[in-house]
Parts: sequence; structure tokens; C-alpha cells
Amino acid sequence: MTLLIDHLTKEFVKNSDEPVEVLVDISVEVMDGEFICILGPSGCGKTTLLRIIAGLDHPTSGTVRIDGTVIDRPNRKLGMIFQDYSLYPWRTVNENIAFGLELQGVAEGQRAAIVRNYLALTGLSEFGTSYPYELSGGMRQRIAVVRALAVDPKVLLMDEPFGALDAQTRNKLQYDLLDIWGKTKKTILFVTHSVDEAVFLADRILVLTPRPGRICDVTPVDRPHPRDRTSVEFAQIRRHVLDMINQPKCSLS
Amino acid sequence: MGFMKRGGGHEGLLHPHTFLKVILPLGIIILWEICAILLNNEFILPKLESVFVVLLSPTADILGYGNLITNAFFSLERVILGFLIAAGLAIPLGISMARSDSIYDFFDSTMQLLRPIPPLAWVPLALAWFKIGLASMVFIIALGAFFPILLNTLDGVKSVKRNWIESAEILGANQRQVMLKVVLPGAAPTIWTGLRVGFGIAWMCVVAAEMMPGTNSGLGYLIMSSYNWGQVQVIIAGMIVIGLIGIGFDYLFKVIDRRSFSWRVLER
Repeated sequence: MTLLIDHLTKEFVKNSDEPVEVLVDISVEVMDGEFICILGPSGCGKTTLLRIIAGLDHPTSGTVRIDGTVIDRPNRKLGMIFQDYSLYPWRTVNENIAFGLELQGVAEGQRAAIVRNYLALTGLSEFGTSYPYELSGGMRQRIAVVRALAVDPKVLLMDEPFGALDAQTRNKLQYDLLDIWGKTKKTILFVTHSVDEAVFLADRILVLTPRPGRICDVTPVDRPHPRDRTSVEFAQIRRHVLDMINQPKCSLS
Repeated sequence: MGFMKRGGGHEGLLHPHTFLKVILPLGIIILWEICAILLNNEFILPKLESVFVVLLSPTADILGYGNLITNAFFSLERVILGFLIAAGLAIPLGISMARSDSIYDFFDSTMQLLRPIPPLAWVPLALAWFKIGLASMVFIIALGAFFPILLNTLDGVKSVKRNWIESAEILGANQRQVMLKVVLPGAAPTIWTGLRVGFGIAWMCVVAAEMMPGTNSGLGYLIMSSYNWGQVQVIIAGMIVIGLIGIGFDYLFKVIDRRSFSWRVLER
């Protein structure tokens, strides 16, 4: 087991009023190399959960551990990918991918070799000296993924990473992500509000309730990749997940 | 305009853009010359030719006050000194204010109060504190450049996206690295705009500062002394030199902006 989320609760205090519960009693054991999708409506605290796991935010109670260590600040074992890519616009693609290595003081020659490998993984090798504004949204997100991978984290946290992309690009990037996941054996926590996306990608789907978010159901998806969206089986799993979302314990809170 | 070039770029005097841009300055010059001839009084409005005589011999001594070029260099030296002091204070202060709420609260009210006071209102105090000379001039210039640099630095640092900073922290950046590799480059285009505006104001202030009593060099001094001798053509020549140097520096700032910070515009 890599990542252990243990009875995690988060409250926000606004204007000295009563605290507002955002996340209630979240507990998950994440297996090594597992692909988990966290599915929930907007405002259910998915992003907050991911930020706490990343060490960017602190839980009100409960803990997150990676390899036994409690996370209370960003940790290099955890990489994060934001919906808006957050690439550095003043850096070229190569310089963006190299950023984490540069922070660690990796020598330039070694850096260049690592960057070349990861850039090849995206199929964007000819864009190494381009700037982010010269790339499409899908290309930028692929670069953001390998920027996170370049420092070799164990876990990738992805916050609706394909939410801003058109359907076609989104499908393509889902395939690419599965490909990268297969090659690098990372553990992935992927936040989304698309049932289709979750069924296509995940080993396990966690469904969160609307605010405050609590885990109301868990569905393992025990099918080999790549999954055929048009198959009867896929439709059945999707139907099952939709039923889960619509059951009273998941739609009310 | 049947003789206009078709599909061409910006070249040629007859291109509509160029035509529109030069028509007003040309009109002013023609009107000036007509008025000067009609008035026929060099102490009110000298003829174009007299001003050109001064401009075309920039190394000739004027009334024993030195020539145009050396006086321009005196002014520039003061501006650069005052400007560097202003930037050296305003940039670190702006960054600190943008990054820390308590530092912001501590300085904000004072800055708001001082900002609307024009630099020239400080002249008497400058003279009282620093006496006549370089120090009071540099003080006035630095005051003029300080606020635009401060405000733009504040704005620039505040506009640095939270995700940029958090991405860096997740990739293992410490506070120093966040500052040097994310905050500064992210705010740089806006800080640069502040420097450009600040330099422009500093340049305006130097001329005024050189009109303070007791000064004995610089373009402002040259203009004031020429007034005392009724040399209006020198006054106008001096004003033209001030304008040209101002345009030149502004252009330089713009060129560097376009080269180094094009990402800011293209990112939108």
C-alpha cells in the first residue's frame, strides 16, 4: 500500500460563523499502481481532498500518509496536475519539463536527457523549444503531465485535468494517460465529474456526496484496458455507477 | 488616393497610416513658421531656422552654460541615479507588500497618503533638507519614479497565479526558489511596465528639479537661463531635445518588453 487516507475531515471557517463541513470522514487505502477515480458533483470538496493529499491544505482532523509518513506539506513523492495546466508561460516546453529537476539541482546534461525521454513519451518531441502559448490545450496538458512525471513521483494527483478540453482531445488524452500509466506504473488519483471518464480509466471509482463530501459508494472496475466504450459491458458498468450516484445516500447529504 | 500603394506594408509616406501620423506635426510646424514671420519677434516666437541652428550645432557653447550634449548628459546622469534608487526601494517593497498582508497593511496607508503629492511640491523641503545640489535633485527624481514602480510591482506580484506557485512547491521548490523562479519571472512584465512609466516621470522631474535655484547644469538649467537672456530659440531647442530623449528611452523600454515579455500578451 502506498497511500493511506485515514478518517479525514475538513471544515472551513468563514467570517467567524459556524464552521462549514467540506469533507467528512474520508478513508481510503490506495494500492501501489492503482488508478482511482474520485467522482462527485461540483462543490463536493473533490479538489479540497486532492489539495490535502498534495500537502497544499491541512485537514481539520485525520491524516494522509505516504509510505508511513504523514503529509503536512508538499512532498516530492506526490505530483499534481491542475485543470488549467499551470505551465510557466515564460519557459519553453523543455524548460517547463526540466523545472522540477532544476529545483533539485540535477546537472544540465542529465536534465536534458531526462527531458528528452519524457517529451518523447508525449509524442511532442518537435515542440521542445516552443512556448506553451504556441500549443493547443491538449498538448499543454500532456506537457503538464510529463512535467509532473519528470521528478519521478510515486503518486499522480490529477484535478479534472481534461475538464477544459473538447471531447475528441479528451478521449485521446485518456488513451495517452493509460499508456503512460502502463509504462511508468504510477499510482493515480484522478478527480472528475464525468461518469464516462471514470468508467473508462479507473480500477476503482469512489463516489462522493454533494457538500459535505463523504464517500457514499465504491465500485471496482475489474476490466482490462483499453476498454471499449461502445460495448454492452461498458454500458452496464456506467449504468451501475449512475444508479449509485442517484441512490438516496449519494444524492442527499 | 489613386496613387496609394496597394497591399503594401507600412512603407512609404503616402500610406494612409504614415500620412495621418505626420499631418498634424507638419501642420503645427507650418503654422509656427507663419506665426513667427507675422509676429517678427524672436523673444516671443523664434523662426524655425533659429531653433534648427541651435539643434544642428549641439556641441556649440550656449551663453557660457555649456552645450546641448553635455547638459543632456548631466540631466541623464541625475535621472539614472534617482531612477535606480527608486527602483531599488520600490521593487523590494512592492514584492514584500504583495506577499505579506501585514507588511501591506503596515505600509499601505502611508503610501496612499504620499502618492498624490506631486514630486515638485517636495522642492522646498528637498532644498531645506539636502541643500542645493545633486542630493535634492535626485530626491525629487526618485520620488517621481517611486510610485509607478511600486504600484506596478504590487500588481505584478499579485497577478502571479496561485497554481504557478503551488506547482513549484509540489515539485520541491523552497521559498527562495519560488521567489526567484516563479514570482519574479511571473511579475517581470508588469514590473517592467512600472519601470518604463517611472523612468518617464523621472525624466520629467529632472528638468523641473534643474530649475531649482542654485543649479548650474542640465537641460532644465539651460532652459531657465536662456529664458533670463531672452533666448527663446534655445528654450524651444532644449524642449525638443528633452522630448526626443524621452521618446528614445521609452522606445528602448518597449523594445525590451516586446523581446523578453511577449508571453504576457500571447498567453491570453
